[in-house]
Amino acid sequence: MIKSLVSWIDDRFPLTKLWNEHLAEYYAPKNFNFWYYFGSLALLVLVIQILTGIFLTMNYKPDATLAFASVEYIMRDVNFGWLIRYMHSTGASFFFIVVYLHMFRGLMYGSYKKPRELVWLFGMFLYLCLMAEAFMGYLLPWGQMSFWGAQVIISLFGAIPYVGETLSLWIRGDFVVADATLNRFFSLHVIALPIVLLGLVVAHIIALHEVGSNNPDGVEIKKNKDPVTHIPVDGIPFHPYYTVKDIAGVAGFLIIFSLVLFYMPEMGGYFLEDANFVPADPLKTPVHIAPVWYFTPFYAILRAVPDKFLGVVAMGGAVAMLFLLPWLDRSEVKSIRYKGIIFKTALTLFVISFVGLGYLGMQPSTPVSTLVAQVFSAIYFGFFLLMPLYSQWDQTKPVPERVTMP
Amino acid sequence: MSTEGVNKSRRRFLTAATTVVGGVGTVFAAVPFLAYWQPSAKAQAAGAPVEVDISKLEPGQRLTVEWRGKPVWVVRRTKQNLDDLTKLSDKLRDPNAEVTTQQPEYVKGITRSLKPEYLVVVGICTHLGCSPNYVKADDAHNLGSDWKGGFFCPCHGSRFDLAGRVFQGVPAPTNLVVPPYTYLSDSRIVVGVDTKG
Repeated sequence: MIKSLVSWIDDRFPLTKLWNEHLAEYYAPKNFNFWYYFGSLALLVLVIQILTGIFLTMNYKPDATLAFASVEYIMRDVNFGWLIRYMHSTGASFFFIVVYLHMFRGLMYGSYKKPRELVWLFGMFLYLCLMAEAFMGYLLPWGQMSFWGAQVIISLFGAIPYVGETLSLWIRGDFVVADATLNRFFSLHVIALPIVLLGLVVAHIIALHEVGSNNPDGVEIKKNKDPVTHIPVDGIPFHPYYTVKDIAGVAGFLIIFSLVLFYMPEMGGYFLEDANFVPADPLKTPVHIAPVWYFTPFYAILRAVPDKFLGVVAMGGAVAMLFLLPWLDRSEVKSIRYKGIIFKTALTLFVISFVGLGYLGMQPSTPVSTLVAQVFSAIYFGFFLLMPLYSQWDQTKPVPERVTMP
Repeated sequence: MSTEGVNKSRRRFLTAATTVVGGVGTVFAAVPFLAYWQPSAKAQAAGAPVEVDISKLEPGQRLTVEWRGKPVWVVRRTKQNLDDLTKLSDKLRDPNAEVTTQQPEYVKGITRSLKPEYLVVVGICTHLGCSPNYVKADDAHNLGSDWKGGFFCPCHGSRFDLAGRVFQGVPAPTNLVVPPYTYLSDSRIVVGVDTKG
């Protein structure tokens, strides 16, 4: 009965073919470790965000006079509105936690290297799109931080010579951040960017399944196939092996997610900033303004440069560096396991700088912190720009033929 | 499909010509979508002038009014404040207000005002658009012992003196903007209307 139904569909739509290509006969390396949870977790958070977003849209009012009150209405009067809203706001921060760990995995194991350049690029466009999505979403509650954060970020475009002022006016649709800005950001946040995000996710996964997954050893499992079955000898079918593994990851993730969601949804002002519980006031900037934590590394780079235009260039450049990664790394090997001391030191310094910049970006700037931020920014750019050199000088170890199991 | 007797160069020309015409059409079709984002007629009309009564302003006090959605400050400067302005020149980027885009042409000199006693500026930092704080010399602050009073932007640390002139070594590139304004009488200012003649 079911068999004949499936075969009826298969004659009209490649159902079994898709199932096999992407799950049952997609062979992934058998040595995945902890770091390989975050791809599927990012997908889970995306689903949470879309689902809760749809429900929030049912009561949210994208109008400068009504927006703040409508969010409070959702929080106080709508049944379980507080839960849906906190799931969405907590989900935003967890999205970035998961994506940063996912990107760090790529950095460690050289997952951006040939032949996975496009997987990395699609991923970077996803990251860019996610930043835009988060930024526009943060304006919607129309609190003080929403308003002034948007004012600062849109003003960044004003630093571009000649066209800057026209461009930022065009983005705002008014002479200051106003109702027009809120309404268009709402439209982009709920329609345009989610569509782009979903499209990029599909492209990211298609590209990945075309070249096959990397692994902690950076060994290409497709180079060593069984002569009869043509299945990589170090590969196991994604379903059921990794679907089951990922479900365990989902369970662990949901425990941590729920702890934050139910016990500290504002995360002490890091996930939802205190100033955002005050309605937007165009006449008064809060005493201390900082973006949400996931933007602060780039924000600290912006502040470290004592020139308006060059600051914006440095901030944009910091994101652009990540796109160039596949062509900056000239190392013979992919994985950190077989790289030498230079790369390991460089990566450690990079992580310290990135986290350090993230911390400094949340703090008010002082002359000392500006100096520290300048040192960290130099290390950040040094990690990328000097990579073509030090990745060649690095003493690499021989890579084994087969993946290693612990 | 038969490819016999196909004139390839003519086919290529037709393909290219169709692409070009289609491309031009797409560009024209994009115009309304891009123009849609420009400030609407309503937003453009909202910039009505604002009248300010300055008769109750004490020396050293600041008044904030909203004009075109932006804060506009009126500060009544003391004699001491005005004396201090003359001594700051070497610490400022543009002490004589020579960048003409930052004030109307009838607002000249180091006080950047029509009447030296009253400063009228748009309270938006020229760096990234935050609204700076008014910090008087005797307020609690950590801006150094030689701070003569002025404006400090909490976002990125830009500093301006009591004429809205920007200090050196801060991210803001230019002085605060002086809006068009004129005196209706000694105690009334209107912001958004140029002073004639």
